[in-house]
Amino acid sequence: MSLISPWRSDFPALAAFEAENQTYLDSAATAQKPLVLIDALHACYSYGIANVHRAQHLPAERSTQAFEAARQKMADWIGAGSPSRIVFTRGATEALNLLAYGLEHLIQPGDDIVVSALEHHANLLPWQQLALRRQARLVILPIDDAGMVDLDAARQMIGSRTRLLAVSQLSNVLGSWQPLAELLPMARTHGALTIIDGAQGAVHGRHDVQKIGCDFYVLSSHKLYGPDGVGILYGRNEALNQLQHWQFGGEMVRAADYHAAEFHSTPFGFEAGTPPIAGVIGLGATLDYLAGLDMVAVSAHEQSLHAELMAGLLARKSIRIVAHPQTALVSFNAIGVHHADLSHLLTEQGIAVRSGTHCAMPLMKHLGLAGAIRVSLGLYNDSSDLQRFFTALDQALELLA
Amino acid sequence: MNALPTAAAQVLERFQQAASWEQRARLLMQWGNQLEAVGTEECNETNRIQGCESLVWLIDASSENHLHFRAVSDARILRGLLALLLLRINGLTRQELDTIDLADWFAQLGLSRQLSPSRSNGLNAVLQRMRELADTKT
Ligand SMILES: Cc1ncc(COP(=O)(O)O)c(C=O)c1O
Repeated sequence: MSLISPWRSDFPALAAFEAENQTYLDSAATAQKPLVLIDALHACYSYGIANVHRAQHLPAERSTQAFEAARQKMADWIGAGSPSRIVFTRGATEALNLLAYGLEHLIQPGDDIVVSALEHHANLLPWQQLALRRQARLVILPIDDAGMVDLDAARQMIGSRTRLLAVSQLSNVLGSWQPLAELLPMARTHGALTIIDGAQGAVHGRHDVQKIGCDFYVLSSHKLYGPDGVGILYGRNEALNQLQHWQFGGEMVRAADYHAAEFHSTPFGFEAGTPPIAGVIGLGATLDYLAGLDMVAVSAHEQSLHAELMAGLLARKSIRIVAHPQTALVSFNAIGVHHADLSHLLTEQGIAVRSGTHCAMPLMKHLGLAGAIRVSLGLYNDSSDLQRFFTALDQALELLA
Repeated sequence: MNALPTAAAQVLERFQQAASWEQRARLLMQWGNQLEAVGTEECNETNRIQGCESLVWLIDASSENHLHFRAVSDARILRGLLALLLLRINGLTRQELDTIDLADWFAQLGLSRQLSPSRSNGLNAVLQRMRELADTKT
């Protein structure tokens, strides 16, 4: 059966790629953009842009309204409950750094900060560096063969010294959903704050942050078919209130003197400087687009495509899949073949996949892998992309044999 | 511009005759097999190049006047690319290393993407290390 994406034509880049013989299977790195977003950016600049939350003039009022409407749309999309719980940053990485600085005052020497072994550098290094700054201990939760955090081990390791638990919702290397429903209560029992890196998870299916029950949730616009340069931080009110300000300047200040200042609370107090205005407005357009889709149909399409990808790889004797991917992506190697060689030959054939350590060097070392090839899917991919990939893979393997 | 040494001119001709990506890939892998030998004891941390996706070791065996590098990698295609790089560089003077247009060399070979500014590419890191090594001797 050949799967066809009914949404493919909403994304102009897919036709452009086809015209230059490129097959895009790297959406976990960044996703292509729907036409409505491109139009929104175009409109933003061609009708006139103005800074937000500053001037009274008409263009400024228009910008500010569109900007704040996008905040409301984001809150609606993830079930935040109120737009005041949404802080715009410049990326998921910046949102995690915001947390690592904003929560620094809660960490004392000897406290535990708990992360998992599969974290992306963005959800590892800010905590590692925080631990070093505060002489705290960074605790690494082990994962099992399926690529999930080991819950028995977690139960032992999360304890009264735990202040923060930061884990991914969906692994960008293993494609495994993490058992958040079991993990988060372990931290909550001990009064620890919970942080979910939803950079990958938010792109597949629609998630309700209040149902997840985390204190903070971080996601990335550019992976969610929105513009790059925008990240999103959600926090529960009680959690947001614990944040200390970290970047200073612009309209985040309520009253400033030469030697002292008072700052706004969230969200504005955490959006120092001119924010990515057009990017946020563009993200609003993307969210309108996504809200108009039948998400059940999108998820079903993505799952079928993922199953087809898995089946094709499993049918090839020399392929070794990393862990047990459930959604969105598959990382793999071919026996006796260097991933860089395979990647080179796939690139030569116009297959755009990622190869290497996927911003998760400690995880790859832990798995004993020098690297892997990662194929990742967006809602616009269909069977024709996978067929081209498999043809190219077979050619490459034959050449390298 | 420096004239191409004979060996380089010959390789260039073979790559320019390669009509398909398969032929180019086969040629690259063949060239990789012709790298000057590097001993396992030379594959140490000092000679290892940081910043490559694959393991690469570079050994400087230059004389007073002329550059001479040996290199090896665990990835086959990269071995081929290294061979083509060394072919163009070995025998040059240090001054010539600064003026040589390597982007043009790889472009002529039909391999221009291999010197792209993308950080995941190993060849740029190798080149940078060569320049550092050459500089420390002047
Ligand atoms: C799991 C995960 N976390 C965080 C990030 C970083 O996101 P951003 O590019 O928005 O900083 C990524 C993107 O590669 C990711 O896959």
